[in-house]
Amino acid sequence: MNRHIKLGFFIFFVPVILWLFLLIVLPQIDLLLMSLKFENDAGKMVWSFANYSSFFTQKVYWLTFARTAIYAIIVTFLTFVVTFPMAFYITKVVNPKYKGFLTILILMPFWVSELVRVYGWMILLRESGVINYFLLKLGITHQPIEMLYNDASMIMGLVYTSMLFMLVPILSSLDGMDDSYIEAAHDLGASKFIIFMKIVIPYAAPGIVSGSIVVFMLTLGDYLTPNLMGGKNSLWFTEQIYNQFIESFNWNQGAAFGFLLLLISSLIIWIGLKISKQNLAKALS
Amino acid sequence: MIRSLPKSKGYDTGFLIYVIIFYIFLFAPLIVTSVLAFNNSDFPSLPWNGFSLDWFLSDTDTRVGLIHDSTNLQSIWVSIQTAFFVSIFSLIMGTFGAFLFEQENFKFKQGLYFLALTPLVIPGVILGISLLLSTNSAGTFFDDKFGWDIGILAPSFWLVVVGQFSFISTFVLLVVSARLKKFDNTLEEAAQNLGANRFETIRYIILPHLKPALIGAGAVAFMMSFENFNTTLFLVGSETTLPINLYLQVRDGSTPIINAIAFLLIVVTSTLAVLNLIFTKKETE
Repeated sequence: MNRHIKLGFFIFFVPVILWLFLLIVLPQIDLLLMSLKFENDAGKMVWSFANYSSFFTQKVYWLTFARTAIYAIIVTFLTFVVTFPMAFYITKVVNPKYKGFLTILILMPFWVSELVRVYGWMILLRESGVINYFLLKLGITHQPIEMLYNDASMIMGLVYTSMLFMLVPILSSLDGMDDSYIEAAHDLGASKFIIFMKIVIPYAAPGIVSGSIVVFMLTLGDYLTPNLMGGKNSLWFTEQIYNQFIESFNWNQGAAFGFLLLLISSLIIWIGLKISKQNLAKALS
Repeated sequence: MIRSLPKSKGYDTGFLIYVIIFYIFLFAPLIVTSVLAFNNSDFPSLPWNGFSLDWFLSDTDTRVGLIHDSTNLQSIWVSIQTAFFVSIFSLIMGTFGAFLFEQENFKFKQGLYFLALTPLVIPGVILGISLLLSTNSAGTFFDDKFGWDIGILAPSFWLVVVGQFSFISTFVLLVVSARLKKFDNTLEEAAQNLGANRFETIRYIILPHLKPALIGAGAVAFMMSFENFNTTLFLVGSETTLPINLYLQVRDGSTPIINAIAFLLIVVTSTLAVLNLIFTKKETE
């Protein structure tokens, strides 16, 4: 009997260990090692921090990095602002009859590939796009306006892409909230603003934190939306990595950038979890 | 402000307007993309020149419809195959993992569980480049030492499958674990008292209980794989998947054939999404 249990354990244990070590741990170690190697003037590979020092000395690299991180924070905040009223409306305001329908409707677009969604925005916003067509038709403008390829359109695209990951955790935390908290506050004379700030948002905080972590991480690591909707002169950090790998074929430099991206995203997730006193397992489920 | 409290007209109307604008924002890109797939025009833009199925069916010099476009059809087929293998493999691995973490006890279990969750918080781009680096090092190593040329270690169909599998397994693990937590352990004890061994218990008692979670996770794994871009970008060989292929076309200027493909994707994924939601709803009721 005991040997059976042991055997059963190893049948589950061995594949899982192989998966995690061969496909997750080993590649990350390799990424780190690769980033610490540098081709010197003699054409030999040596251990060195040169890839990291070039990140700090060349302005374009760390500026892109800082810009990407700051924009990812802005996107996370905007995504919260846009989706929170929707989550509140669906869970607390609308007639419960429509709740299921509105939820399905809100989740549906996110099953469609990100590429299709970005493409949709491109044919809406660009110079020959649908919005410009109507603006010209209605005589609001006389010259088509290029609304694509700037930071504003890129941020909008990123918010649009990430809304789902903010909505779902907030929906589920507000769903568990007892309406009588709000009723009590109302009866005691609290204004709507106070109720939101002191009752609703603190209650939904775990959901907000989980959502923010996922949105931040996905935005930071996104490539498609910044590449297709962003300006041609301002790069996203993942584009910088892509350029090093595919265009310059400088894998060591690319590995250093990749490792920095991994560091900052882990750091921010860790801070988020510490602040909210959650663990990773809870935040992901 | 919520259902049970006295209504205020301004608040209700304001909220309703916000909700309507939100849904327009949500669906505008998808609807515009779909509609323009049927426009009788050489560009995916207005004015509306009448209804046409050219971008699906035609086969002339200027307009090659989807069913005659071998590159796009080929990439759709590659994506279907990729998603098929990825969902099978990650269903198996995710279920193994769920059994390991829910039903077995061993040293360092918490640490290993944490490691099993990390693939979901590592940016997809990093997963892609680190796997590219490590398989490349391994490939060079085997080639130098033994003279083996191992195809799977170079960017190829199977490397894409491996890369997507490495993080989609975690997703399956979370879904299956959640279902396994709800399993009533007395059923297992009863089965074992009646003489069933561990494998018979799993086969006849636990797997039937997990079935809805397995179907749901399988469907989502298929879609995650089908639309994956970030990880695939670095691992893809000569057989391009649909998102990569579409990206290359969108970047180099667009024809309405992209709208035709997008339309089909929207229809198929929303049908699947609705089916999946109805199915999971029935199971939980």
